[in-house]
Amino acid sequence: MKYLANVTTLEYDVEKCTGCGRCVEVCPQGVFVMKDKRALITDRDRCMECGACALNCEFGAIAVDAGVGCAAAIITGMITGGEPRCGCSDDDKDGGCC
Amino acid sequence: MTSGANRKSSSLDTSLILQDVIGEVSLPRVSGTEAAPSKIVGRVSADISQTERWEHFKCRMSGFRNKYLVQPGLYAFGEPDANANVLVSANYKLSFDALRQELEGLNFWMLVLDTKGINVWCAAGKGTFGTDELVRRIIEARLDSVVKHRRLVLPQLGAVGVSASEVRRRTGFRVSFGPVRASDIPTYLRAGYKKTPEMSTVRFTMLDRLVLTPMEINPSMKKYPWFAAGVLFLFGLQREGILFSSAWNGGLPFLLLGLVAIFAGALITPMLLPFIPFRSFAIKGLIAGLAAVFLASLTPVIANSHDNLMLRVVTFLLFPAASSYIALQFTGSTTYTGMSGVKRELKIGMPLYILAIFLSFLLLIIFKLNEWGVI
Repeated sequence: MKYLANVTTLEYDVEKCTGCGRCVEVCPQGVFVMKDKRALITDRDRCMECGACALNCEFGAIAVDAGVGCAAAIITGMITGGEPRCGCSDDDKDGGCC
Repeated sequence: MTSGANRKSSSLDTSLILQDVIGEVSLPRVSGTEAAPSKIVGRVSADISQTERWEHFKCRMSGFRNKYLVQPGLYAFGEPDANANVLVSANYKLSFDALRQELEGLNFWMLVLDTKGINVWCAAGKGTFGTDELVRRIIEARLDSVVKHRRLVLPQLGAVGVSASEVRRRTGFRVSFGPVRASDIPTYLRAGYKKTPEMSTVRFTMLDRLVLTPMEINPSMKKYPWFAAGVLFLFGLQREGILFSSAWNGGLPFLLLGLVAIFAGALITPMLLPFIPFRSFAIKGLIAGLAAVFLASLTPVIANSHDNLMLRVVTFLLFPAASSYIALQFTGSTTYTGMSGVKRELKIGMPLYILAIFLSFLLLIIFKLNEWGVI
């Protein structure tokens, strides 16, 4: 299953890659593969912007505007004027989300 | 740990089977360190009780899941020694119990982080399953005096919140991100901390999607009484006052269509997700909604109301739009939707939803004025 095409904010600078393989290890969508001791993007549209790769790339080769792909969270963010957030970890309301 | 989380932990009936709860135990010291005794919460059994099975079911059905926690800290699974692996997890008991079941027969340490009872992936996204919390728990459990090695195995999805390099810098422990699913952990450990691409990728099978649907239906059903009250008021309102018989007879088709929209958006769309055309959830929900409303309109009770053109238009405008909106909410439960995509859907979708509601209102007002013989 794939989500909308050409929307991801994922950016990758192959020049900074040292070939450590961390991005391949952490990506839940198989966006990165190792080839010739460098990471390579297979399919950008598979990226779900979780941010695991960017957080774990020690060499700053990856950047992504990470966040939750959740309509309820984004609507809440729109209403409160802040970042998209579920707020479920802070409140005791019934039926909170993930 | 915050006092809030403490309160929640203590209010929980801890049916977790601890063979012996150990407050402080002395373990074999590593190379004669002078550290204080390590703190271990308890030893954990793999047997899941009937009560726990019932609790797991309730987690899938209701807000019960919001307060299903285990106490954070270091646990012993089986009979681990100073060379045993250290696994890290969240303190959502549904996740914790999945590990108990999947890892039966293995001897290892389990460091449970305080994620306020939220699962690993979501907690990592919020930062509660994060670098700071992990470092704090490593120090608090005095992990360096419990094991000789310096390796932690984290669930892969925890990588969203944990920077492996920072953990190493601050504690000396090297982080290996293990497989996505607990069931692959034994294979991963046997293979020497190596995983296949298959173990690294999240799946989203029909069963995975189906178990999530009750918690999609619930929030919509909570709003349903308001919708129902509005419909009954609208159809009941006559020149003579509010008439029960016209509220019920006139409103029944819309009351049923409301349920059809919820069913299409919160159950059919998630279940048939890859089989409904287009990638957009709003469009998927719209298609499912149109199909469901069309089928429902073949039943006599709804077909009869279609003698009126205004009601027929509202039927095919408002309810598919509702299904579309409800389907869009499922983006929060999927394993593959990203923020930029959902933002784009909302940017295009929200004005259309508002327009659909506005037009429906307009048509219903015309319908009422017509009914009263004003126009």
